[in-house]
Amino acid sequence: MHSTDNISTQNIWSILETVCDPEVPVLSVIDLGIIRDVKITRANDEDQIEVVITPTYSGCPAMDVIRMSIRMVLLEHGYKNIKISTILSPAWTTDWMTQAGKEKLKAYGIAPPNPKQQVCNTQLFAEDEAVQCPHCNSYNTRRISEFGSTACKSLFQCNDCLEPFDYFKCY
Amino acid sequence: MNETLYNYTLHLADNALILAQRNSEWCGHGPVLEQDIAITNISLDLIGQARSLYQYAAELSNNIFSSTTGARTATEDTLAYLREGRAYKNCLLVEQPNGDWAQTILRQFFFSTCQFFLYQRLQRSADSTLAAIAEKSLKEVTYHVRWSSEWVIRLGDGTEESRNRLLNALDDLWPFTGEMFTPAGYETDAVNLGFGVDVKAIKPLWEQRVNEIFAEATLSSPITGSEGVWMQSGGKEGVHTEQLGFILAEMQSMQRTFPGCEW
Ligand SMILES: [Zn+2]
Repeated sequence: MHSTDNISTQNIWSILETVCDPEVPVLSVIDLGIIRDVKITRANDEDQIEVVITPTYSGCPAMDVIRMSIRMVLLEHGYKNIKISTILSPAWTTDWMTQAGKEKLKAYGIAPPNPKQQVCNTQLFAEDEAVQCPHCNSYNTRRISEFGSTACKSLFQCNDCLEPFDYFKCY
Repeated sequence: MNETLYNYTLHLADNALILAQRNSEWCGHGPVLEQDIAITNISLDLIGQARSLYQYAAELSNNIFSSTTGARTATEDTLAYLREGRAYKNCLLVEQPNGDWAQTILRQFFFSTCQFFLYQRLQRSADSTLAAIAEKSLKEVTYHVRWSSEWVIRLGDGTEESRNRLLNALDDLWPFTGEMFTPAGYETDAVNLGFGVDVKAIKPLWEQRVNEIFAEATLSSPITGSEGVWMQSGGKEGVHTEQLGFILAEMQSMQRTFPGCEW
């Protein structure tokens, strides 16, 4: 059981490393960049832990599960007074995904978001982004569908190794 | 101030929810799988926006009303599932039936283009919660504008069949576009209080975008030549077409039959 004396935010951050995105289980909530802050306040001889998160997409169905998982894992570690709050601004972007997260995605067979934002404008019939195949590293790929298994991914196929793969879209 | 903010927030939330509910009727019925997924993902974006707005409206409602009347505590769910049609403040446009694919596309294009310019300005709202919701939603709405614009062009500049369907959709939907730019009382108050967006000011931007996309679609401007068309209104003040009743009957039936049920 964790002693509530002397706890540090660093402990909380390392516990949060074990909370995964239910849709993309190789990514932790830290890798995703959705944990914006961890605060510990002491009142009435008790530590209150506040975890501030931001949603990826407004309608992302995983957010409720993620909130619940954060609460559960902190309870397991003996923390009782837990508050999980949500902020919307600044809005989440795939730029906040960690480099480690991008590497884990690729190893899992999902092409990570391109480093340069290419999608957030109203330009019509835009050229498909050049997306690298996570299997053979070829850039000779094509988009099959704007949406893949979840809203945050598109479906691509590699023209060289012919494997289909998901691409985690820039956002 | 608080009641204006509450009404204004509900109006934005209702627009998003009712259009989401309409679009979700396509789930499993889209013309091709990719577009079925696209339209239902747009639904999901709109439900997400509606949730943020209803959560805020519930907080405002509980601050305004509970202390005085002892009314039940509002939540995002009570606002969505337990209000009567008369209390809904969405524009008439979003409650119109899906019709064919052209009608759904054109409704989305007209609405998203307006919402894009509105959220762009709402990011600078004096109310920081509305500003944050607008900022978060704008990325999603940008995609909705792009997607629906491309489809308007594809249909207008497609076959004779697709073009006729789009023109029929235009006849049906045009009379519902004027309401978006005619402020309700709470919208005018919201502008004066510094947190609302002046919808009259975004009308020229919307018209310009509509003209550009229609020109690209090889169609004549719907704006010039429609001066005489009677514009319907009333939705923002709770006076709806018969369509809303059917939407709510389906959407609210579970909560009204089994109050408070969860799954
Ligand atoms: Zn490949």
